[in-house]
Amino acid sequence: MYTQGLDALGDESLHLPEEELAELEAHFQAKIDADEKIEPKDWMPAAYRMTLIRQISQHAHSEIVGMLPEGNWISRAPSLKRKCVIIAKVQDEGGHGAYLYSAAETLGISREQMIEQLLTGQAKYSSIFNYPTPSWADIGAIGWLVDGAAIMNQIPLCRCSYGPYARAMVRICKEESFHQRQGFEIMIRLCEGSTAQKRMAQEALDRWWWPSLMMFGPDDANSKHTGQSMRWKIKRFTNDELRQKFVDVTVPQAEFLGLEVPDDALVWNEETEHYNFGPIDWDEFQRVLAGHGPCNQERIRARIDAHESGAWVREAALANAAKQSKNL
Amino acid sequence: MSDERQHWPLFEVFIRARAGLEHKHVGSLHAVDAKMALEHARDVYTRRMEGVSLWVVRSADITASDPDDADAFFEPAKDKIYRHPTFYEIPDEVKNI
Ligand SMILES: [Fe+2]
Ligand SMILES: [Fe+2]
Repeated sequence: MYTQGLDALGDESLHLPEEELAELEAHFQAKIDADEKIEPKDWMPAAYRMTLIRQISQHAHSEIVGMLPEGNWISRAPSLKRKCVIIAKVQDEGGHGAYLYSAAETLGISREQMIEQLLTGQAKYSSIFNYPTPSWADIGAIGWLVDGAAIMNQIPLCRCSYGPYARAMVRICKEESFHQRQGFEIMIRLCEGSTAQKRMAQEALDRWWWPSLMMFGPDDANSKHTGQSMRWKIKRFTNDELRQKFVDVTVPQAEFLGLEVPDDALVWNEETEHYNFGPIDWDEFQRVLAGHGPCNQERIRARIDAHESGAWVREAALANAAKQSKNL
Repeated sequence: MSDERQHWPLFEVFIRARAGLEHKHVGSLHAVDAKMALEHARDVYTRRMEGVSLWVVRSADITASDPDDADAFFEPAKDKIYRHPTFYEIPDEVKNI
């Protein structure tokens, strides 16, 4: 169903008599229920393995494709300080991709297979990175909102039942906080600036608010993987719970900036002590996910170009290593 | 595209956070040789001064115990409770022992 490579995985379960399989699965679930971690060579149900491969590789692809919208601004950052910061952030995202690809590889899929899935469009990545970054304020909004939403998603993943994924997430979460803060600082500076600068900030918030809310995925009623993922402790909170948390912490930040969240239905609910917010345009979400967002083709094209134009470097490095080891 | 010779082998990365601590496994990466693995490990795993020393070792060179045999493999230690200090009863009035 997923890839050729994955068909070969999960073999461990195929040739077992039913009772034995049931026993293994019961033992596995008991470990999860007891908050024990699963490590690469432990027995695991084929569906657990495939769910993790799908989730971790999508996550890795998102980090890698996520470098593109911001990379767009490295050469045009407004000061040397901002240029250093944005380079460091983009470099971190590349590192996040590297940690996550490594974690996925422990489940039996190769780096090459994952990259092929990304470049052929078989694999998905976060829909947010298919939106354009026309102004510098978008870099502020991405750090503040997109990294903010990512942090909200990622913190519970530090306690995920699969050891290598959880450990990668701990490392990533340590690095994300700077991403969000540098973005918010960009927004502060713009909002303190001229009317034109403040307008830039508002327009960036208008562009990124709803796509950021979509980052948490479909609402709970339409999220087919949530139940099983929660039983397996891959997920700790539902999409809607995390989205609500994000809205609750972010709205006061927008107020601090003096910006208006582009949602007429947004209102504090005294009873629930949460914000009520308007309906999300799920058609747009599905459209972007299906490849019809503003930048889908541009993003994949950029990845393919990078992969192809880097091929000679990878080959030359290998040839050189082979030659060096012969000379030893 | 998926010719084996074209793939960079996998290395495991270990970091000593500061003098006095042991090297600890932090993850893995692909590189053509150990020298490149060290440079990549520096860039991928120590961007914020996480270490003062790095080890890299080809993943293929690691021999690991089998988790399916873990019970039998580690069994010999299980019933030897006399290896622990709590096994020995010493009267309360005896001090510093
Ligand atoms: Fe990241
Ligand atoms: Fe980030």
